[in-house]
Amino acid sequence: MELDRKDLLGIQDLSNDEIEEILTTAEYMEEILTRPIKKAPTLRGITVANLFFEPSTRTLNSFILAEKRLSADSINFSAASSSVLKGETLLDTAKNIQAMEVDVMVVRHSEPGSPHFLAKRLKASVINAGDGCHEHPTQALLDIMTIKKNFPTFKGLKVAIIGDIKHSRVSRSLILGLNKMGAKITVCAPPTLLPLWLEPFGVEFEYSLEKTLPGKDILYILRIQKERQEESFIPSQREYIKNYSLTYEKLKKFASKEVVIMHPGPINRGIEIESRIADSEYSLVLNQVTSGVAVRMSVLYLLTQRKLDGSKN
Amino acid sequence: MNIKFKEKRILMDKKETERTIERLSSEIIKDNPDIEALCIMGIRKRGDVLAKRLANILRKSTSWEIKVGVLDITLYRDDLTIYGPKPIIGSTYFPGSIDGKEVLLVDDVIYTGRTIRSALDEIMDYGRPLRIKLAVMVNRGGRELPILPDYTGISVELGEKEEIQVLLKETDKEDMVKVVEVFNGVR
Repeated sequence: MELDRKDLLGIQDLSNDEIEEILTTAEYMEEILTRPIKKAPTLRGITVANLFFEPSTRTLNSFILAEKRLSADSINFSAASSSVLKGETLLDTAKNIQAMEVDVMVVRHSEPGSPHFLAKRLKASVINAGDGCHEHPTQALLDIMTIKKNFPTFKGLKVAIIGDIKHSRVSRSLILGLNKMGAKITVCAPPTLLPLWLEPFGVEFEYSLEKTLPGKDILYILRIQKERQEESFIPSQREYIKNYSLTYEKLKKFASKEVVIMHPGPINRGIEIESRIADSEYSLVLNQVTSGVAVRMSVLYLLTQRKLDGSKN
Repeated sequence: MNIKFKEKRILMDKKETERTIERLSSEIIKDNPDIEALCIMGIRKRGDVLAKRLANILRKSTSWEIKVGVLDITLYRDDLTIYGPKPIIGSTYFPGSIDGKEVLLVDDVIYTGRTIRSALDEIMDYGRPLRIKLAVMVNRGGRELPILPDYTGISVELGEKEEIQVLLKETDKEDMVKVVEVFNGVR
């Protein structure tokens, strides 16, 4: 019984015990997903609002399913069809939704720190579903869960994260999480896409894909986040593909035979990864998506049980 | 929450506990001639241990590999919203389909009946058994719901501050049923 907090804002704040508790609970949640009737009554009476100010398919639908599987009521809010277009501020929008007796808000926003800003000002629990280039904790948790299912231990596990590390909230949360669990991380990208904040984490920097591939247990591929790049970080897409795209040929030639491939999606086939690999037996991409529902059920359960516990409110 | 117990009296010693479990299993065999349709579900914690013990005895005397599952009712509790601390979830395991089966629900103690209510809900969410029966080691009275066990080891009336502890050799090194007094903390 470690996790005792109102909000889940980032992997940075979580202790190893808290991560373990979320994962263990998620494993039990997975059992519900294998039943003929995939539903438990646990969160009856709890209302969740999914506030997505940025586009999303996987994360939003995964949260919606997690809420439904545990019998919570949920409302979905997207910036495109809301009063945000009429000039309402983020805080006003959130406070108005809270005034409808909402217990949990799942927030995705392009501005880093916006879930933290809301968490301080709202009574409702806030779950960060991605804030700009900052963090995406539930993605990292589902990745860690997927790895846990496929490898006996995190200690000494060799993970290479390849691609647009600088603009990826997924990579930040994942590096923070894997670092806590004791994995050995290599990041590989053109120098312009490697952020300075990584330095204190003992992460190995590599600029050549060919040198990165040998001996790794996991290759975690990221897409180039065009929408977050205000200036040019790479000379051209063609040059990026030539040097950094993971092709079947390079995988066979340089990587270990037992290597697994992970990708948080959405995949840009033919750019960061060759289509053939994304569908190959090396790929854990769809396992990641399955773990996502269980992890989000676990987080919703653990946060709301704290909230319902009268003595701590 | 810091709960402390004081042992008050022993309800059943090692021999009596073993004999009671033997008696329960022979009653179950007598009532269920079609043992192949029976599936045992133990409720965590302790009910699952007792269920495994019963199943082993049934296997020996019927030479049928009887199926045993585990129910964790945390997600189905009706007091999740009332008081803390946050309960820890354990895993539930169904040994295959239960449709059309006789399900024997096993728990160590029946008190308010709310645990059994939760267990019934969880089973119903999984399938449609032909019948559900209940076996408990101790029936301590104090029911808040109209639920009665079909097989009972021992019945006893206890005060509100008293509690039953069923010890089983698989998890507690010895077989014993005792009454303890809760003298610190709220229960």
